[in-house]
Amino acid sequence: MSNKGFVTVDTLKVPIDNERNVLEIIRKGNIDLPTFCYHSELSIYGACRLCVVELNGQSVQASCSIAPKDGMVVKTNTAELREMRKISLELLLANHDNNCTSCSKNSDCKLREISAKVGVESIRYKQNTPKHPIDESAPVTRNPNKCILCGDCVRYCKEVQGIGAIDFAYRGSECVVQPVFGNNMSDVECVYCGQCARVCPTDGINIKSQTNDVWSTLSDGSKTVYAHIAPAVRAAFGEMFNLGPQDDIVGRIVTGLRMLGFDKVYDTSFGADMTVWEEGTECISRIENDGVLPIMTSCCPAWVKYVEHNYHEVLPNLSSCKSPQGMMSSMIKEYHNKEDSIARKDMVTVAIMPCSAKKFEADRPELSKDGFQDTDYVVTTKELGDMFKQAGIDCASLTPSSIDLPLGFKTGGAVLFGNSGGVSEAVLRYVQEKLTGKTNEQIVFDEVRGNEGLREASISIGGKEIRLAIVHGLGNAKKVCEEIKDGVSPYHIVEVMSCPNGCVGGAGQPVPESLDHIIKRKDALYNADATSQLHKPQENIYAASLYEKHVGSVGGHAAHDLFHTTYTPREI
Amino acid sequence: MDNVLKTAEQNLRKNIDLEWYEDQYNTYNKNIKKRVMICAGTGCIASGALKVYAEIQKQCAELNIPVVVEMKEEPQQDSLLLSESGCQGFCQMGPLVTISPDDILYTKVAVKDVTELVEKTLMNGEVIERLLYTDADGTCCKGQNDVPFYSQQTRTILKGCGGVDPASIEEYISQGGYFAARKAISVMADLEICKTMIASGLRGRGGGGFKTGTKWDLTRIQSSEVKYVICNGDEGDPGAFMDRSIMEGNPHAVIEGMMITAKAIGASEGYIYVRAEYPLAVTRLERAIEDAEALGVLGCDLFGTNFDFTVKVMEGAGAFVCGEETALIASIEGKRGMPKPKPPFPAEKGLFGKPTVINNVETLASVPLILNGGVEAYRSVGTEGSPGTKTFALTGHVVNTGLIEVPFGVTLRKIIFDIGGGVTGSDGLKDNSKFKAVQIGGPSGACLTEKDLDLPLDFDSLIGIGAMVGSGGLVVMNTDTCMVKIAKFFMEFTQTESCGKCVLCREGTKQMLSILTDITEGTAKMEDLPVLKELAGAVKKGSLCGLGKTAPNPVLSTLETFYDEIVSHIVDGKCVAEKCAALADPEILADKCIGCRVCKKKCPVDAISGEKKEVHMIDAEKCIKCAACAAACKFEAIVGVGA
Repeated sequence: MSNKGFVTVDTLKVPIDNERNVLEIIRKGNIDLPTFCYHSELSIYGACRLCVVELNGQSVQASCSIAPKDGMVVKTNTAELREMRKISLELLLANHDNNCTSCSKNSDCKLREISAKVGVESIRYKQNTPKHPIDESAPVTRNPNKCILCGDCVRYCKEVQGIGAIDFAYRGSECVVQPVFGNNMSDVECVYCGQCARVCPTDGINIKSQTNDVWSTLSDGSKTVYAHIAPAVRAAFGEMFNLGPQDDIVGRIVTGLRMLGFDKVYDTSFGADMTVWEEGTECISRIENDGVLPIMTSCCPAWVKYVEHNYHEVLPNLSSCKSPQGMMSSMIKEYHNKEDSIARKDMVTVAIMPCSAKKFEADRPELSKDGFQDTDYVVTTKELGDMFKQAGIDCASLTPSSIDLPLGFKTGGAVLFGNSGGVSEAVLRYVQEKLTGKTNEQIVFDEVRGNEGLREASISIGGKEIRLAIVHGLGNAKKVCEEIKDGVSPYHIVEVMSCPNGCVGGAGQPVPESLDHIIKRKDALYNADATSQLHKPQENIYAASLYEKHVGSVGGHAAHDLFHTTYTPREI
Repeated sequence: MDNVLKTAEQNLRKNIDLEWYEDQYNTYNKNIKKRVMICAGTGCIASGALKVYAEIQKQCAELNIPVVVEMKEEPQQDSLLLSESGCQGFCQMGPLVTISPDDILYTKVAVKDVTELVEKTLMNGEVIERLLYTDADGTCCKGQNDVPFYSQQTRTILKGCGGVDPASIEEYISQGGYFAARKAISVMADLEICKTMIASGLRGRGGGGFKTGTKWDLTRIQSSEVKYVICNGDEGDPGAFMDRSIMEGNPHAVIEGMMITAKAIGASEGYIYVRAEYPLAVTRLERAIEDAEALGVLGCDLFGTNFDFTVKVMEGAGAFVCGEETALIASIEGKRGMPKPKPPFPAEKGLFGKPTVINNVETLASVPLILNGGVEAYRSVGTEGSPGTKTFALTGHVVNTGLIEVPFGVTLRKIIFDIGGGVTGSDGLKDNSKFKAVQIGGPSGACLTEKDLDLPLDFDSLIGIGAMVGSGGLVVMNTDTCMVKIAKFFMEFTQTESCGKCVLCREGTKQMLSILTDITEGTAKMEDLPVLKELAGAVKKGSLCGLGKTAPNPVLSTLETFYDEIVSHIVDGKCVAEKCAALADPEILADKCIGCRVCKKKCPVDAISGEKKEVHMIDAEKCIKCAACAAACKFEAIVGVGA
């Protein structure tokens, strides 16, 4: 990399400033060269051939694969290049299932968008609509008939998550992306983080929607239907209605959900506050009683499944706490069963999540009581946006309403659960007070904030040093797990979230334009905490009174029954 | 015993005394009365060479003729040295047996010929004329040098291939083997070797023609503790078998070339990547490595220096694209063989992320020749821009097929009509008037015609006319060849061998194939031709790797050179070579039809007429080419009705 000189891009002189390649220079010059296979967080792949440029008046090359050098002259828009891009698009479309009108990706399909951008008017080539079977065995679905083989999913899974659940098979035009030996997604070590779907430009990989099931439930008069909204949802839901991440959206979502027919609307953040109580208590107990350390967070279902597949020896390090979704759904059913005598068979909980793996978590047999799952359905942020649109609801123009109490009450600390580092921060707010026995004025722990995929922090609490690792991306988690396996882990607390920057970058969110976009969502959650009246999870007075009435002590017998779980070693 | 001690001592010192082995071999050789070399290249083995070998061995034993098969210890006086050689090149005439010092080349030798061969030639020195090669003019050729196929060639790289026993490291040394490696490792500096290579002008024989010395020097200047040398033996072009022959026939030359490369760039590990479809090459290379290690030619502290070098053989699973260097590297690393964008070039970031030189088999086998003979001698052969010789696999409608080696700058005319002995018609007989085209460079190459026959062949002249040397396949085609079908054949190959990574290659080859198929099936329209041409141009310019960038060459050259033939397929519905079944006129052959009326009954559109026991007729207007008649006809009397 170099930061000297200029590259001439068409008529512009663009300074070189440590850009990795000429494509980045071109985009810095505000020329939006289309690409399918270029993602700044992934390795250079060079397969889609859309970023082709004419270099120094000589050759045609993919700009993603050229290192910028001072004095380079690049043309992006010659007749030949425009024609080549069109040809590439037409070739892809000639081998694509073009049933766009009924495709679940039709509103945000990059293939459609770029076809329009490069001006495809007709397809000159013979149409060969592929007829591969569609794999809907898991929350992450695979439709090879839509796949354009850009390889983004394969590289994400391998390079960022370190898993490699899918790869290319066969050669030439027979080439497909699939799990090993053509297995279903449900039969391999895929953790359903869904990031493959996030980077997929088409419907080649997508998240299985449960909106139809939820619609049926909502029109079934015998059911009482509860929604709870995860923290990260509020940072991204507005994007589907032209609102920014900082716009306060929760009240409007509540109004919309009631319009859809939900009986009660709660906030998963209430469950997050309870998670802090339980997990914080577990953490203190492990530290004070020489328990298994580091304690690892268990909120992220993709991470939990990753450990179950890959690190059986690390399973005892996972906190036994259910995730906020698990605690919340469990609490809702317990509360309404006891308070209102509603039978479990007549209650339906719908979790609104930024996440695809939460769908898998909801179906875990251990997360149930009396034969009824705690969480009945999980709809993603995007799916809820679809439901609003299907019902003709423009969320932006709704009048906000108050969320239902008591289970809609939350502290700012709970909202941070949507950010990488947020669980740690909320737990620190709790643990600090519990360990020192003093009310602490410190709310913000800058040590655990940041965007790096593997961060370390050391916090002194009551003279004791608490060492933390905050991880996002499972490839980074692998390093921490290896240390634990080797008995050399220096940490007390390890927080892991599978998605980039945490749940705000979850695969159930609207597709972000870039990683910077995800960071803006993160800022929105920090802002939501900053503007809350209460910040420390222990200040959730409604949670306190519910514990008193229905649960008993934190970490006690009933709490274990309702809020803790077990893990299953799985094969690879 | 003395010998054993001496060998052990040498191994201890890790300083092998090549001269000692040379002398010993020559001393032993004095006791050899005759040497019988049986070509054991894949081609000759397929036609029974190993059975001939076994029979000679058996009969000699019965007649108490002392036979040795390896020169590990001193043979008794007047022994017969019986060896398997690598490919001797004249594959069409195999199994080949050469006998020295009589300078006899026997062709098409069968087990039934062995008794006569042993009695007459081996025991009494008589020549068996019927086993000699007779050229097209009826001239009987006794030895290799009398055969025009050989005498018109310049065999340097192939000299050892077929001339030495590939399983004998001692023989390789006796012919000057490993002297160049010793010189490079113990005397020459890395820069000096690179400079020598640059001065020699040697260019990569794998297809691209990149300057070998420059490639080495780019790798040499990288600062890295670990570097690698890779020998690319993933020869995959249909009809090409030059590299296979060298690996099978002279494996030590390849290893020696790698050793010199390693010294030049500062590598201590090498890989030979061979496709698994070349089991004999794998076996012979592994044997050669084992022998070289045992003698201390490979391993640690070579030739008394602190230079180490080891070689491993890696078997590829036979993907054509793995001949592309970045795909090959991925394959060795255990990943799917898919090319990566360059830069970074392997010289900077190659195998396991370390600086790596990848050279083709033939390139590496040329390296010892250059160091031994000197730059000047090397440059005296070939052209200014492409010095040295090139091996080609000559096949197709040509009298002599096989493995040949010629200097760059030679014309196709000389190759086809002098070395190849001329063009054959479909009856297999020589008829030079039937020459139509010659395909050079396999799936990356082009079809050249009469007008190109006098062009001096080299890397640059071929690129100038839209073709390329490629790895060196030469397929001669006569006038009964449909050029559209040839283009289609190569496109089918690249389409299935594309790794599927980049859009233009994966989808573009498929669509080009689809248009070519339409042309051969009579369903194409003239409007398809500009679409085909533009698509071919885009794939050529825009693909990620060499496979895609050259895949359209056969199409573009056919469009350029045989445009009228394509148009006649589309507009007139005619295949001039009568090779496209869908375009042929239906016909019932009068000399075969017996008038059984079976076809008439089967025809769903009543296109066939004729009386019982009389020749039937088929109405081309009515015929829908369902081929039901042909399937029913027991006499193969019906043609031109489709598959």
